[in-house]
Amino acid sequence: MRDVIIIGKGPAGISAALYIKRAGLDVLVIGKDYGALGTADKIDNYYGFERTISGKELVENGIKQAERLGVEILNQEVVSIAKNERFEVKTPENTYEANLVLLATGKKRTGINIPGFERFKGKGISFCAICDGFFFRGKKLALIGSGDYAAAELEELRRFTEDITVFTNQMPITTDKFESGLKIVTDKILSINGQDRVEKITTDKGEYPVDGVFVAIGTASAADFATKIGVLTDNDKIIVDSNYMTNLEGLYAAGDAIGGLSQIAKAVADGALAAVDIIKKAKILKKGK
Amino acid sequence: MAIEITKENFEEEVIKSDIPVLVDFWAAWCGPCRMIAPTIEELADELDGVVKVGKVDVDAQPELAYQFNVMSIPTLIVFKNGKVANQNVGLISKADIKKMLGIE
Repeated sequence: MRDVIIIGKGPAGISAALYIKRAGLDVLVIGKDYGALGTADKIDNYYGFERTISGKELVENGIKQAERLGVEILNQEVVSIAKNERFEVKTPENTYEANLVLLATGKKRTGINIPGFERFKGKGISFCAICDGFFFRGKKLALIGSGDYAAAELEELRRFTEDITVFTNQMPITTDKFESGLKIVTDKILSINGQDRVEKITTDKGEYPVDGVFVAIGTASAADFATKIGVLTDNDKIIVDSNYMTNLEGLYAAGDAIGGLSQIAKAVADGALAAVDIIKKAKILKKGK
Repeated sequence: MAIEITKENFEEEVIKSDIPVLVDFWAAWCGPCRMIAPTIEELADELDGVVKVGKVDVDAQPELAYQFNVMSIPTLIVFKNGKVANQNVGLISKADIKKMLGIE
């Protein structure tokens, strides 16, 4: 059991981790990729770098800095968060528990820009197997995705139906958790079609009749977790109060996940400010034991 | 207190209602539904006499869920004069529910 788990190892997550660790608390950071910064070629607008630095280098420096201070950082992908008595954060490898959780997973990047996608959201297109799988008991489903997150959603959907086809939409398969014999279509998805509800997926190679489409592209974003756990969002941005806490007690969010200026300086500040309240809360919870 | 809507009382409570009806489609296993439930109850008390507030348990009432194409919960539907006037899928704030109802 940790005091705090931080999901995401970009500037918001690592910045928060530095403060929380130095306050003497037990903090675990879990993250898989470098998000938007991983592909930022040159950073010239962040304080303190005489020469230009790449986004990847900056993130790697931050991780090394946190590790030097004793922060434990796991290179795993978080596939679900649940709150019972405590928060349970699940990766394909393990489940970790904490009193408080900070979401610092960056921007949502899980949609696809094709005809029908916006129109059928909630009408057969779902981002949450645990919430909506029930409506598709015994039905024919498509699951769009190709990584660990998709595999976790697939496992959830299996409780409701056997007839599931994974559509990778030409993305490489990056999980080893897909079951053998799984139906996988690698075509490029062109559109999602139907009248009042989803009826089929059209790809560059053909048409596939389906009753529902579940979306789990890439790694789960903060907005994906929010949908599942009941956190208020506004246009996929997590709504937080002035202490960076969401409407769910003990769950915080910072950085690009909460919107605003998409800049490193802002993410670092978010992380530090969120840490202030997290430290206060974590110490109260520790005393309460 | 929100009233329980079933396929038996739907016609009477929703379609024939002379005031707008806010219907919350929910289920016991749905986390976000549990988060929105207190807000729905608050609105039922606050808007008593102005808006009728009802809840449909999709587990017990799959026909109603199907009839209104509910495939994701929580879904909120506002009925006015027996017709769907507004609909929202997913968790929203109390202020936004009031906007859906045209009250603010």
